[in-house]
Amino acid sequence: MNFINHFNSIHLDFLKEIGNIGAGNAATSLSRLLNKKIEMNIPNVQIVSFDEMVEMAGGSENVVASVFLRIEGEVPGSMFFVLPLGQATRFIKQMIGDMNFSFAEPPYNEMALSALQELGNILSGSYLTALSNFTNLSIYPTVPALGIDMVGAIISFGLIEYSQVSDHAIVIDAALSEEDFENSDPVHGHFFLLPDPNSFQTLFDALGVRDHE
Amino acid sequence: MNNTLSVEKVGIADMKIVKAPHCIRTSGLGSCVGVVIYDFGMKLAGMAHVMLPESSLAKGDGFNPAKYADTAVQTLISQLIANGAKQGALKAKIAGGAQMFQFTVANELMRIGPRNVEAVKKELSRLHVQLISEEVGGNRGRTIEFNPTNGMLLVKSVNYGLKEI
Repeated sequence: MNFINHFNSIHLDFLKEIGNIGAGNAATSLSRLLNKKIEMNIPNVQIVSFDEMVEMAGGSENVVASVFLRIEGEVPGSMFFVLPLGQATRFIKQMIGDMNFSFAEPPYNEMALSALQELGNILSGSYLTALSNFTNLSIYPTVPALGIDMVGAIISFGLIEYSQVSDHAIVIDAALSEEDFENSDPVHGHFFLLPDPNSFQTLFDALGVRDHE
Repeated sequence: MNNTLSVEKVGIADMKIVKAPHCIRTSGLGSCVGVVIYDFGMKLAGMAHVMLPESSLAKGDGFNPAKYADTAVQTLISQLIANGAKQGALKAKIAGGAQMFQFTVANELMRIGPRNVEAVKKELSRLHVQLISEEVGGNRGRTIEFNPTNGMLLVKSVNYGLKEI
């Protein structure tokens, strides 16, 4: 039987709570780093086809800046911090103090890229620390990698683990938006947490959720 | 005659067949490989968006042949033949198979792009389908569109522009 069929709404609610705690913590870190108000939407937990997952992140061919890391420890998985280029540019400008920075033409400023990678590192770190504290499970993020490319090319990498067991993935999605730029971008920044298929049982056990039914 | 041209879209782990004058495309290939097999004389082409190298990696049920290099190549060939293509006339073009992220720690998962490319090539050669051209590897995403009328594969990547192979 497809493992996706084992999930019910209680399971999904627990996953939503995980997203809430993790992404809330990350949004607070981001607010402090950039010294501005960051809104975090209530996280969404969805069972999506691979094509739907790519749509959620902005559409296959849309170019984004994304930090990707693997999660190791008791709950292996993948995490993406995806930013539309406009939002990534604003964050970079503020972090490195270079108002002329843009993604218009490569090679990109090395300092800008490393600032963005570090931002991803800090935010995913605060997300996962909150998750680890909440579940009492050990969670170790790998050093993040940065990619500036088509959404499809980037996100599909996080779907490899799922692709071996299913044509669907379970994603914990948290969108963030800045106070002054609510409508300037067609898409928002997102945190996507994709626990590996085998990690759900560990998560549910840690949270005291009854067995899959 | 008002003949509307359409572009058939192939999703992730998906495959389709088209006949000229229609084109076929798939977007956002990263470590995945876009495989095109075509019969130029019949103006018939099939495309698959492959995610994994071998069907032996499948652990769940609901088997999807388009997802794996070996089964995608086999299924494309049999669907093309069922649509009138001649086995001996089949040729292939491929693109994708990038390593999108560089990690310090070596991991088999990180090599999935090159492994996909190797697996597709192996299956094509096993089934005697000649590989005409390829645009693979590197660390960039690609969108591809095949036109069965002229047999050209258009490859688009961010910052590398358009290339016809």
